[in-house]
Amino acid sequence: MSTAGSIFFLMTAVLYAAATCVYLAYLFTHKDRVIAVAERLLFGAFALHTLTLAGRVIYSGRMPVTSLHESLIFFSWLVVITNLYLIFRYRQKTLGAFVTPFALILIITAAFMPGEIIQLSPALKSFWLFMHVTIAFLGNAFFAIAFFLGVMYVIQERYLKTRKLKGLFFIMPSLDTLDELNYKFLQYGFTLLTLAIISGAVWSQYTYGSYWDWKPRQIWSVITWFLYAALLHGRLTSGWRGRTAAIFSGIAFLVLIGSFFIIRLIMGGAHGFK
Amino acid sequence: MNIVIVGLNHKTAPVEIREKLSFPADTIGQPLKRLLAHYGLNEAVILSTCNRVEVLAVTPDMEKGEWQIKRFLSDYHNIPISELDEHLYSRCGEEAVKHLFRVGAGLDSMIVGEPQILGQVKDSYSYAVEHNTAGVIVNKLYHKAFQVAKRIRTETRIGESAVSISFAAVELARKIFGELRGKTAMLIGAGEMAELAAKHLLSNGVSDIMVANRTYEKAVEFVRSFGGAAIMFREYQHYLKDADIVIASTGASSFIIKPDDVKEVMKHRRNKPMFFIDISVPRNIDPLVNGIDNAYVYDIDDLQGVVKANLSERAGEAKQAETIIVEEIEKFYRWAKSLDVVPTIIALRQFCDEIRKNEISKAMSSFENLSEKDRKILEAMTSSIVNKIIHNPIIHLKKDANKVEGDLYIDTVRKIFDLNEALEKLNRANDKEAGSKEANNKEE
Repeated sequence: MSTAGSIFFLMTAVLYAAATCVYLAYLFTHKDRVIAVAERLLFGAFALHTLTLAGRVIYSGRMPVTSLHESLIFFSWLVVITNLYLIFRYRQKTLGAFVTPFALILIITAAFMPGEIIQLSPALKSFWLFMHVTIAFLGNAFFAIAFFLGVMYVIQERYLKTRKLKGLFFIMPSLDTLDELNYKFLQYGFTLLTLAIISGAVWSQYTYGSYWDWKPRQIWSVITWFLYAALLHGRLTSGWRGRTAAIFSGIAFLVLIGSFFIIRLIMGGAHGFK
Repeated sequence: MNIVIVGLNHKTAPVEIREKLSFPADTIGQPLKRLLAHYGLNEAVILSTCNRVEVLAVTPDMEKGEWQIKRFLSDYHNIPISELDEHLYSRCGEEAVKHLFRVGAGLDSMIVGEPQILGQVKDSYSYAVEHNTAGVIVNKLYHKAFQVAKRIRTETRIGESAVSISFAAVELARKIFGELRGKTAMLIGAGEMAELAAKHLLSNGVSDIMVANRTYEKAVEFVRSFGGAAIMFREYQHYLKDADIVIASTGASSFIIKPDDVKEVMKHRRNKPMFFIDISVPRNIDPLVNGIDNAYVYDIDDLQGVVKANLSERAGEAKQAETIIVEEIEKFYRWAKSLDVVPTIIALRQFCDEIRKNEISKAMSSFENLSEKDRKILEAMTSSIVNKIIHNPIIHLKKDANKVEGDLYIDTVRKIFDLNEALEKLNRANDKEAGSKEANNKEE
């Protein structure tokens, strides 16, 4: 497994790197032919990515979320599949040029993390845990997509405000499309984040006998929950939209991903539960 | 087959010269006929627009043809060649084909990708057809040129981008609102350009328009022909909150829409974006409005900048178009090559011989006691019939191959004997042979 696994992993990284290069070329050339190549490469990278993950799941018999290495591979996989959904469903071409480099960075980071498969204590093997992590990661992937849509919004808005139309302006979607999609993925992400917190609490009750322990991970997820809740509330009631909303969703995502890395690196393991 | 183009355009000649050389459409038959009658050309087309005058001709001799066209232009318009020469360009053979394809696709136009030129090229061709100066080559060449233009239009976005201020306004609106359906525009004042922009917005999906004019009747008039609602001029502020796109073009000497107005309106709109198009000099909309979130203000200079940006974006598309042109030139020459007389003769011989062989074998099966000698006699007789029938046609083909009607004869023979398929097979076989020869050479 480990040799086959690492070969797939290496090939995945190489294909993401290639896709990133071609996507960057697209940002300069704006050619349909270039984007077609980039999307094919991304699809190929995703296929290998899936094999890498599947191999790990089959070998270990559980969700690949126990080490930072696995988490990064799983998370980037979810981000890419969401991007592919946007490509097929909404014909969003240019988003890939932002998401693919991000996936590449995640994969490269994963490569530097210890990759061995950790044996879990029986406490961590449960249905609720499985539910909890899958939901949490998918929610985070949606927030990541919302983040990049927000970045694109800010760039596109800049072009329109300064009235200097060049470069990316021509290949990026309209402000309205970006704002709508950003809103949509914030809603999806927020729903899943809420479910993740609930399922986490339920699992904690089963395993440790208490719903809430004031663990750093719990505190941070509640902080992000409030950030996103405030943003959605603002959109819904105070007519927040466009740039303000995009910037706010950017900040919320940075808090989210920052807390994820800090907790994982400092505490190790799943939330520091051992 | 030699194709030559001689002409001038907006890049090589000032308008005074272009004017002098132009050919009015209603009398174009005479110069076309003269080209064939007095200048030894086989086929000719004259393209005359305000930006270019070009003569395309098929000629037995490239250099002579080029010289003859120059002489014709000079004679016809009474301008000495020496005066004309510095403005003229000439393209021969493949370069000429490429030039025609580029012109037809709008790649050689002042505004790259503009669509009018294709119509003008089509007209020039139909004049040539009308006055019998278009032959096999011109027919094929121009149909190919129209095909190329169509292909470029569908495969690149060259024709899509904005070329005018009102197109630029539509494109900007699309980048802000995405879909224009369901959006409402407001037209304040009625400058000609503002009306044009409003019409373009309406024809591109904007659902509703409010028109305010100091002269109420003018607003009513606009609404009568394009739909929407006329409003009293003093009430436009009141309706501003319902407008997604505002086009201002009044003679007012100070700003009629100020940041505070828009801030107030934005509250009512829950920050839904607003797009202000200011087509008035002096300006009607305070540029500071652009500083408000979700409000975008473009004045006439900004729009001109957008047009320019679109043009440079088009230049990129043009490169893709050039690749298409190279591909199509190759296709055209593959066809042209098959016009050679030798393959046509071979194909004709094969065609007739096949018929003969089939008939002989049918006849043979009905004879029972035919000796070898008799069989040979029959073979010889049928062969000589076939040869005698096609002898004269082949002689004519060979003799006239390099004359004016040569291409026409070749094309006709191919058509009436239905040789095209056979010729293609022949060509493919030849190509294969050539390919394997090349490969052999390489190996050696």
